[in-house]
Amino acid sequence: MSLTISRAFVDAIVEQSRAEYPDECCGVILGPVGKNTPVRLKPMINAAHSPTFYEFDPKDLLALYREVDDNDEEIVVIYHSHTETEAFPSRTDIAYAGEPGAHYVLVSSRKEIAPAIEFRSFRIIDGVVTEEEVSITD
Amino acid sequence: MSIDVRIPTILRPFTKDQKAVTASGTTLSAVISDLDAQYPGIGDRLLENGALRRFINIYVNDEDVRFLGSLEAPVKDGDSVTILPAVAGG
Repeated sequence: MSLTISRAFVDAIVEQSRAEYPDECCGVILGPVGKNTPVRLKPMINAAHSPTFYEFDPKDLLALYREVDDNDEEIVVIYHSHTETEAFPSRTDIAYAGEPGAHYVLVSSRKEIAPAIEFRSFRIIDGVVTEEEVSITD
Repeated sequence: MSIDVRIPTILRPFTKDQKAVTASGTTLSAVISDLDAQYPGIGDRLLENGALRRFINIYVNDEDVRFLGSLEAPVKDGDSVTILPAVAGG
């Protein structure tokens, strides 16, 4: 598997991670069912408001799934930022990963690599992390 | 007694890929017991040491069960129970 994503979405996620720094930012990209294509970016509120944890508010989560169902969409990408560590799933990320069909995208703009950023994508299934290639389209 | 239960993707291997199933019970706890009787093993994915797992969210109609008494949340005929994995991490 690999993730093909537009430059505009990558830029928007990086921008959101900077705007919400030092807290982690999070969100999803939705797309039509079965197409594996990210079409609609939906930033979410990190209800944890934390530099080391993110969580969708349970009410927002229910509303999101209802919206996705109503629109015949699916969650193609679940993204969040790491503010001080590399863009690789943490133990907590792996423990919580509950969408076997989603691309888990991590972005890091930690100061050691600034102004560069890391933007990486993973599958997390039954506790197993597999990195996948990211193709960015213009 | 018939409660509509929405099953998330990650638990559909237990329900033969059904997105929605029915169960009975007058509390969430009873509904989960009935689900586990119909789809063995699913209860263990929802409960840990007799409490709801931290990374599973369950709603009765539109309300998070944590505000309804958790496992003691009352349910009645025609209610809809939605199970969703938390989207969270570190």
